[in-house]
Amino acid sequence: MNENPRIPFSWLVTMAWRDSRRNRSRLLLFVSSIILGIAALVSIYSLSDVLKKEIDSQAAELLGADLELTTNKPFAPEMIKIADSLGNKRSEQRSFTSMVLFPSNGGTRLVQVNALGGDFPYYGELETEPVTAGRDFRKSKAAVVDQTLMLQFNVKPGDSVKVGNTSFVIAGSLSGAPGQTGIASSVAPVVYIPITYLEETGLQQKGSRITYKQYLQVNNPRKLETVMEDLRPRLNKENINFDTIESQKKDTARSFSDVTRFLSLVGFIALLMGCIGVASAIHIYVKEKISTIAVLRCLGAKSSHAFLIYLLQITVIGLIGSIIGAVLGTIIQQFLPALLKDFIPVDIHPGISWPSIGQGILLGLIISVLFALLPLISIRNISPLNALRISLQSESWKDPMKWLVYLLIIGFVLGFTRLLFDRWIQSFFFTAGLLISFLLLGLMARLLTWSVRRFFPSGWAYVWRQGLANLYRPNNQTAILIVTIGLGTALICTLFFIQEILINRVTRAAGANQPNMVLFDIQTAQREGIMDLTKANSLVMNGTVPIVNMRLESVNKITAATLEKDSTIKMWKGIFSREFRVTFRDSLTDSEKITTGKWNGVSSLLSIAEVSVEERFATQNSIKPGDTLLWNVQGTMLPTIVGSLREVDWNRVQTNFLVVFPKGVLEEAPQFHVLMTQVPDKETSARFQQAVVRQYPNVSIIDLGLILNVLDDILSKIGFIIRFMAAFCMVTGIVVLISSVLISKYQRIQESVLLRTLGASRRQIYIITAIEYFFLGALAAFTGIVLSLGGSWAMAHYIFETGFSPNWLPVIIVLFSVCALTVAIGLINSRFIVSRPPLEILRQEV
Amino acid sequence: MDTILKVHNVSKTYQSAGRTLTVLENINFSVAKGSTLSLIGPSGSGKTTLLGLCAGLDSASTGTVELASIPLEKLSEDKRALVRNKHVGFIFQNFQLLPTLTALENVMVPMELRGSKNVKSLALELLDKVGLAARGHHYPVQLSGGEQQRVSLARAFSNQPDILFADEPTGNLDAETSEKIENLLFELNREAGTTLILVTHNPELAAKTGRIIRMKGGVLISDTNPETPNLQNHE
Repeated sequence: MNENPRIPFSWLVTMAWRDSRRNRSRLLLFVSSIILGIAALVSIYSLSDVLKKEIDSQAAELLGADLELTTNKPFAPEMIKIADSLGNKRSEQRSFTSMVLFPSNGGTRLVQVNALGGDFPYYGELETEPVTAGRDFRKSKAAVVDQTLMLQFNVKPGDSVKVGNTSFVIAGSLSGAPGQTGIASSVAPVVYIPITYLEETGLQQKGSRITYKQYLQVNNPRKLETVMEDLRPRLNKENINFDTIESQKKDTARSFSDVTRFLSLVGFIALLMGCIGVASAIHIYVKEKISTIAVLRCLGAKSSHAFLIYLLQITVIGLIGSIIGAVLGTIIQQFLPALLKDFIPVDIHPGISWPSIGQGILLGLIISVLFALLPLISIRNISPLNALRISLQSESWKDPMKWLVYLLIIGFVLGFTRLLFDRWIQSFFFTAGLLISFLLLGLMARLLTWSVRRFFPSGWAYVWRQGLANLYRPNNQTAILIVTIGLGTALICTLFFIQEILINRVTRAAGANQPNMVLFDIQTAQREGIMDLTKANSLVMNGTVPIVNMRLESVNKITAATLEKDSTIKMWKGIFSREFRVTFRDSLTDSEKITTGKWNGVSSLLSIAEVSVEERFATQNSIKPGDTLLWNVQGTMLPTIVGSLREVDWNRVQTNFLVVFPKGVLEEAPQFHVLMTQVPDKETSARFQQAVVRQYPNVSIIDLGLILNVLDDILSKIGFIIRFMAAFCMVTGIVVLISSVLISKYQRIQESVLLRTLGASRRQIYIITAIEYFFLGALAAFTGIVLSLGGSWAMAHYIFETGFSPNWLPVIIVLFSVCALTVAIGLINSRFIVSRPPLEILRQEV
Repeated sequence: MDTILKVHNVSKTYQSAGRTLTVLENINFSVAKGSTLSLIGPSGSGKTTLLGLCAGLDSASTGTVELASIPLEKLSEDKRALVRNKHVGFIFQNFQLLPTLTALENVMVPMELRGSKNVKSLALELLDKVGLAARGHHYPVQLSGGEQQRVSLARAFSNQPDILFADEPTGNLDAETSEKIENLLFELNREAGTTLILVTHNPELAAKTGRIIRMKGGVLISDTNPETPNLQNHE
């Protein structure tokens, strides 16, 4: 047999085209499952691409200057000289948190005060209403105030705001500043005042936590990066951080790439669910094509020809599905900036991102073909004998090609998530988690079919028996529906549970009998007065806690410079630049427990002080008892030894610390004090805050009730975006459900019509369908909820370190909604069969 | 006379529920080129299985099948597909037209697979011979059973096969249509000089062939015109 006529590719294309004639709408239905996944990914990719371009084009406005120098102590005169040598324009800003009071209505609020001097911003504007207010407030004793804050306290331009001891006329409302996001301003609303009046406010005292900034417009921006690299060691020595337009651009892009990565992951899950739908649909499609393939084989077509004919069909249909998805994604992307506006510091002008569209289409094509390959490769094993008589062909688990495709799919998921996560370990855990979820859901499906067979209620009414038997009979949809519906339910429930865990954690912290107000920045001289004022307002308190700010200079002689050079040292990179707020006392609180070493509450002046370090922080930074820590207490070097490690319950609302000093060391250091109290209601809270702000304007107050409101607001905004993306998964689940049900229609049509012909009533057909889909929906939703409960418990326990007590009502609502939806789709599908004469349907479908 | 098909000591067994099921046992016969032969016997006697083995649709458990001097048992499934395309034509009881192809396209497929030229005009010619030139653009579902089987005949002869296998070619048709199809089958067969092997329950149809082999329980029980000396007669 040397004659081997080569079949031209064009013939395969022609046959693929011919064969698809009566199946095109069905093929499109199969591939509709991936449309939403692709749409989700293309919209996120496009957003990311557009965002990158906008960050590039608006980078200067993000920083407002060419260079920003930041430190937490006043700039030394020689540093100012260096700064002046770099630029032709310089502005200074001092920022700190403080209470403000609106005298017109007595309202008080903790805000971020920015005392500004100079012409900053050099790029972009302080966006104010009226427009001129952003520049004019610097010329008089005036302020611009965050617009939301003004709305909350019902104040208008022309009213006044008291910052510390000084009242400022409100020149206008502030809606935007360089690099500022809506979310940031809802956490700490901003009030700008002229720097010339800062002294007068009385808020700039020794020990005050002020951030000092210098903004520069430089002579030669092109050389700035090189110049700053040269200056870096000098600036490090002075604890001065710097930001250039370039570094700001990178930082902003990096933080948004995390967000877009997460959202892409949700889109990818939707796509995977869709692909399972595709694989299942193609599986049934191939089964229906057995006799066509067998005839082709009888006529002399090779197995590879038959395989290629159907592969071509799937490739084209996958391409069409991906293109539709990409178009839909591009349309959705036009609306995403509006959803994300509170989180994005740049203005976004929606556009079309061709690279994202290309990426989405390619991904859709690869993944739809990859998943379709699983059923397609079985075409190779279809015997031509099937043309003579259809024989049941068992699934061959020994087929090495099948295992190769499984490996390719797992490899693809690993590779794709690796691109999203940047770390193999996360990618591995994600893939393993997904695999376990699939296996568990698949196992549940098997368990259901096995149980129904094993305990089949033979004595029950016919409709029940028929409905239950549909769950395990040949060509059943049990496995695919349970996996897709279950996974969608699991995802939605997990998102809901996480949001609940976060809210509960804060709610618990702010619960009854817990302190709910923190007063800080209390100067030593003000301690007695504040305590008297608290008592006078009949509020509960447990004295004050002293706090000293300091930095770490070295750990066992490892300094910032050593750490930067030696990447093998297991220590957090920022350990030497962060500011530690430590306390000193002679005893432990009830939220602390010594785990290693010995706590010594009093230190003698003759020996080196033994400090206690929080256990987890110590482990993360390889700190052990006996190690030497050298502290820089506002210029004074203080050596200490780690005496003990402590376990701290951070969930308790009280002053908890990473490092605790014994008494006898820090008493003379510059310090401030914190007081915690519990206010019973809003009125008492407002009255007490007003009294504190009037008498002690430098003292800041954190109202946990207010924080809870802010957190709720942020979480509901984030939650909305996550839910928006998760909706793609849900809707994909529904599309897969609809297409699976429709595909099963083709499987069941003969027997349903036969039942109708034999006299089954419309009601009986509906009941049979409802029973089958109720069991499918209920088991899928139940398994999905169990999976999400397990996942959420693990996250609560290991990540958020809190208890997990889910709210059952929404869970029950989800369970019933999923069941109802599944049954409804099944019933709508049956209408087609029951509402038309049997012969008409048979003629159409044969 | 040349031999087109040689079946030597062929057996076919299946494993079912841990037991060995013998469907064909020690079959021997050969068929002369251009002759006509019927395989008859009751249901389950192994006729269709034997037809499948002879046509290279399946492989024997033991023994050899030689088709057009090519030993089939040594060939892979893809090589056997080439043999079928070059030497074999098929007619099935349930017609087995490809439902998504028109009548004309169904006839064209075997020629297209061979890489022949002018396939469309040749296919039209064949459809004309079976009296369906005007129905070339109809899909199988738009044709009656008899018309479908006529398209199937045209397709079977389209690759000018050396041997034609017909499995109950009139089994799904009424008496009148059956007769028309039978006449057409034998007429086309005569014209092309093709060897015809048909499987049937119908003694009248079998009587139209030059030779009849009877089967029962997986063995040959009679042969009206044996061409091999070692045929086992179990009667």
